[in-house]
Amino acid sequence: MATTSSMFMYSLTIQPPTAITQAILGQFAGTKEQQIVTASGSKLTIHRPEPSQGRITPIYSQDVFGIIRTLAAFRLAGSSKDYIIIGSDSGRITIIEYVPAQNRFNRIHLETFGKSGIRRVIPGQYLAVDPKGRACLISSVEKNKLVYVLNRNAQAELTISSPLEAHKPQTLVFALVALDAGYENPVFATLEVDYTDADQDPSGQAFEELEKLLVYYELDLGLNHVVRKWAEPVDRSATMLFQVPGGSDGPSGVLVCSDDNVTYRHSNQEAFRVPIPRRRGILENPDRKRRIVAGAMHRTRGAFFFLLQSEDGDLFKVTIDMVEDENGQATGEVQRLKIKYFDTVPVATSLFILKSGYLFVGSENGNHQLYQFEKLGDDDDETEFVSDNFPADPTEAYSPAFFHPRPVENIRLSQNIDSMNPLLECKIANLTDEDAPQIYAICGAGARSSFRTLKHGLPVSEIVESELPSRPSAVWTTKLTQNDRFDAYIILSFENATLVLSIGETVEEVTDTGFLSSAPTLAVQQLGEDALLQVHPRGIRHIRADGKVNEWPAPQHRSIVAATTNSSQVAIALSSGEIVYFETDTDGSLNEYDEKREMTGTVTCLSLGDVPAGRVRSSFLAVGCDDSTVRILSLDPDSTLENKSVQALTSPPSALSIMAMADSTSGGSTLYLHIGLYSGVYLRTVLDEITGELTDTRTRFLGLKPAKLFRVSIKGQAAVLALSSRPWLGYSDVQTNGFMLTPLNYVGLEWGWMFSSEQCLEGMVGIEGQNLRIFTIEDLTNNLLQESIALQNTPRHFVKHPDQPLFYVVEADNNVLSSSTKNKLIIDSTAVNGNAIVLPPEDFGHPRGTGHWASAISIIDPITAKSVISRLELEDNEAAVSVTIAPFASQDEESFLIVGTAKDLTVNPRTYTAGFIHVYRLHEEGKELEFIHKTKVEQPPQALLAFQGRLLVGVGPDLRIYDLGMRQMLRKCQTTATPHMIVGLQTQGSRIVVSDVQESVTYVVYKVQENRLIPFADDMIARWTTCTTMVDYESVAGGDKFGNLWLVRCPPKASEEADEDGSGAHLMHERQYLAGAPTRLSLMCHFFPQDIPTSVQKTSLVAGGRDVIFWSGFQGTLGMLVPFVSREDVDFFQTLEMQLASQNPPLAGRDHLIYRSYYVPVKGVIDGDLCETFFLLANDKKQMIAGELDRSVREVERKISDMRTRVAY
Amino acid sequence: MADKLRTLQQLEHLQQKYIGTGHADTTRHEWTNNIVRDSYASYVGHPALLSYMALGMGECREVVRARFVEKMVRGVGPAPVEREDGEDGEEVVVVERRDRGGK
Repeated sequence: MATTSSMFMYSLTIQPPTAITQAILGQFAGTKEQQIVTASGSKLTIHRPEPSQGRITPIYSQDVFGIIRTLAAFRLAGSSKDYIIIGSDSGRITIIEYVPAQNRFNRIHLETFGKSGIRRVIPGQYLAVDPKGRACLISSVEKNKLVYVLNRNAQAELTISSPLEAHKPQTLVFALVALDAGYENPVFATLEVDYTDADQDPSGQAFEELEKLLVYYELDLGLNHVVRKWAEPVDRSATMLFQVPGGSDGPSGVLVCSDDNVTYRHSNQEAFRVPIPRRRGILENPDRKRRIVAGAMHRTRGAFFFLLQSEDGDLFKVTIDMVEDENGQATGEVQRLKIKYFDTVPVATSLFILKSGYLFVGSENGNHQLYQFEKLGDDDDETEFVSDNFPADPTEAYSPAFFHPRPVENIRLSQNIDSMNPLLECKIANLTDEDAPQIYAICGAGARSSFRTLKHGLPVSEIVESELPSRPSAVWTTKLTQNDRFDAYIILSFENATLVLSIGETVEEVTDTGFLSSAPTLAVQQLGEDALLQVHPRGIRHIRADGKVNEWPAPQHRSIVAATTNSSQVAIALSSGEIVYFETDTDGSLNEYDEKREMTGTVTCLSLGDVPAGRVRSSFLAVGCDDSTVRILSLDPDSTLENKSVQALTSPPSALSIMAMADSTSGGSTLYLHIGLYSGVYLRTVLDEITGELTDTRTRFLGLKPAKLFRVSIKGQAAVLALSSRPWLGYSDVQTNGFMLTPLNYVGLEWGWMFSSEQCLEGMVGIEGQNLRIFTIEDLTNNLLQESIALQNTPRHFVKHPDQPLFYVVEADNNVLSSSTKNKLIIDSTAVNGNAIVLPPEDFGHPRGTGHWASAISIIDPITAKSVISRLELEDNEAAVSVTIAPFASQDEESFLIVGTAKDLTVNPRTYTAGFIHVYRLHEEGKELEFIHKTKVEQPPQALLAFQGRLLVGVGPDLRIYDLGMRQMLRKCQTTATPHMIVGLQTQGSRIVVSDVQESVTYVVYKVQENRLIPFADDMIARWTTCTTMVDYESVAGGDKFGNLWLVRCPPKASEEADEDGSGAHLMHERQYLAGAPTRLSLMCHFFPQDIPTSVQKTSLVAGGRDVIFWSGFQGTLGMLVPFVSREDVDFFQTLEMQLASQNPPLAGRDHLIYRSYYVPVKGVIDGDLCETFFLLANDKKQMIAGELDRSVREVERKISDMRTRVAY
Repeated sequence: MADKLRTLQQLEHLQQKYIGTGHADTTRHEWTNNIVRDSYASYVGHPALLSYMALGMGECREVVRARFVEKMVRGVGPAPVEREDGEDGEEVVVVERRDRGGK
């Protein structure tokens, strides 16, 4: 269905979405340990909590190629393993398990029940599982409910029944939970409204009288039948339900959460109601009702409590008292419901309590949090509100309850998990003059907003930095004997000396080690069982354990230029080009081999691999010569130093390293030859363990200095430290085992080596200038480094200063009091009540007020100050909606900051009293703003753009050109460009691309002579455009609100005609086509990446990489579209995509092609994320798919990884 | 004749199964009601879209979700008064403008 196009893109994700749609807790590995499974967009991730370290770490993540809507965990009676049910957009119910041995998700059942897609009557919106794991109910928003009976067969395998229907037409479901009915028949509770009568009644009275019902559906396991067992009216505003424990632990039933109160309901119990306490404070409106938005229930043997969260983020502890009989034993009857303030945490989409005493908060906005409980708020002095004082009847009024919010007392923050959700806009720029650009993004909402800087790199933690007396050229560490765990010496080589330091409690110089200190060193090795070896230009010193030193002198008039060693072999190269080879024998002495070999050029570097386990020697020696070749020589006793293979290079090699690394192709480990060149290029080739042939070379450019390579070990796996103008680490990806090469976020090093001591097990020691540095790399899972600067309000847009490394962010928060209003209230109240406490908004949110806006312009310096350097608040309930920097020709090209605002804006339905264009002059190189004037316009200007020394403004459907006047902006020209509202502008030359809120893009040309704007081409599909960028003069890439990415192009004829000289009269008088512009744009590419694109930009991401279309998504996704260069590649990846989609169908049962064609058939785009799942397949599947493609597995993997590494990370 | 009856039965079955399937006598009220309800169900069902709208409205996700489901109850508003001549009145149907969310 991927229709052919002349343009093909390869879609890749750089960072998957970080918003958590839902998270569940369970023992998914089948052990006592609890894991967390989160759904973010289409990604399903399993995390392991590490209670001792107070954090959670992701273990495995899988793209299901479908929209995950709900998750539920369940366990069959008598089993110890939790299964996961996924409610997705596939119209199917999916049951999966986590297989810890393979670290994979495995699908057990997939049952189709309806059409695919997210529809009104197709179940998937709500999902509940019986606490005993006997049945699940999956429901849609309207009408349909399906019950599946879960059981096990004789082989103890999970079985699922055919669905039982519990449909009720014209009924809307607000919430669904399973009741804890113990071992009686499973019961599910829903909140329902039947709108049949309201729909028929013209007077509207029936609507007013509608009731919301709490309905119990019982699954009769004996009759295999679902009955509507009980229905009782509840508060009309109820929206959420929580399960109350039953059986021996509690009274069963549900908590019904509605506006301002929580009610306990059950079929055989009285109703009990408590209010949701409101915040007391001078900035709080005492009449504002709170609603519960999230909650968690925790049960231990015989006791339980709820933590319910209000929309302000306040957690309330809700408990239930039972009636006690005369012996003081709790009966099954409920006596009262109690609620009290617990603490305040960010507003969550998912909230749960871990058995290990942690609270997980999957935040709605910004970073997710893990808190540790310090106490449970049992004996504090918070006011407790009990149901005795409040009427249970929902219609009866009561006096509201209040509390004073306070800093957290019961919990302690233990981990902050970075999340970019919601990501409002993103720009790529190189402000630090590094070789690769950085990503700047505005994220978050309300007081939890942030400005983030992202950089490709691994985090490094430094342990020691110490200055040395002079500049060393190299450093090594060595153990004393084979069996030592830690290194004993650090050996430093200087220009004409060698220094030995011993590692102990302190590091100090030692002189009696046997090392030659009067010459530089070329290599150091712990040899054989307990000997040491030093290679220096004049010879080799073999230091035996008893202190005896054997010296092998270099032949006269020749010196040693390169050396390589391992625990039993030594090879050196002499200045004459000769190679001499030594091996230890059984008694530990070093023997020179008679065979010598003369190379044609000067040898620049040598490498011996480590001795493989169970062997006596490494069988290859790699020799790099200055004639730009690398030769592999055999070290087998019967063919010593014979040539095995040669590889020609683009520049002389500066470093070589033979090492075995984990490999995705073979699944085990493979021998690689790593080559660093003087030109700063790094190559990795596979070295055949039998024949010594070199195959599958992959190349990366590291930097401008000659590359040096060192073998290191991180988390037990072999890695290569590659040093050029900056340090890089080559390692195997934790999940796919694919090779990754990532820069370290550290100073440029000249030399590096392994370092292991008691304090630092897997560290590295490096030389930078005159400094010795010891550092470690701890985390290999995330290769994007984040830095965050806090903002006060939701950022809406930002713009970069044309020359300075500064950003201007416009912030606006709806329904929030502005600072001036707040100050006024505080002053008014302090006059009466004395000083008032104002809580920090980062934790408690801003005080809210319907219809109010808090808005500001912030100047951010992300490079030096790393903070907000200036902030200017907007007054008069104005909200900033757009920002740009425009140079004005009338002011000698001086740049001004222009901000578009809306006054008294209501978002839905959209109303406002006016719009303004503010003009600010930039002072102090942009660090200060001076307000010049503001111009009133009829509608809020949603789009601003500098255009030919003037300003383009989109005011409603009108496109205008303004010039800067003394008192206000002066309108110069105007046209109605789009049907609804202009939300974005792009320009090249005199062409302007205007995006409309719902009608895609329109191309407009500006005719200077006539001073006229003429729309000449528009799109044929209504796209609710969020962002656009001009990819070239004819093409525009953009995204829309439903999560599509597209690329449209203007037909060449129309494009040429629009730019013809003259007045444009021919354009003006051209006939309209179907009530639009005269020509239509043609669609080049279309793709559904699932997340809502919020910005799109054409840029390159790595040094020397080609341009890609980079986009950011609302939920925190960073992705890109890479253009294909050759048709062969397109054919290859199309076939691969097809094979993968059929051989390895998506986990949740959504057809891959239909998923990517959600709104419009996918066109001209190949799903790189699907192609990369190839790495995760089992070997036989890989073989099969590679066979279909007529390639080897290694070739296929190489092509896939090249697509990413050539342009990005 | 039997064919016609079967077709009719099949259509009725379809209409029952898939809400919103039209028929020859679909009124403007029914049709717009279905569109509005389908739209809100879609806003609620797509997690990213719901968050996007919640951010634009300055509200909490869960609050917006409940509000949208509540709006499905009402649809486009009360049914038109049926005229005796059997024609649909010129009822004014206000389809709420979808908010822009986000920006």
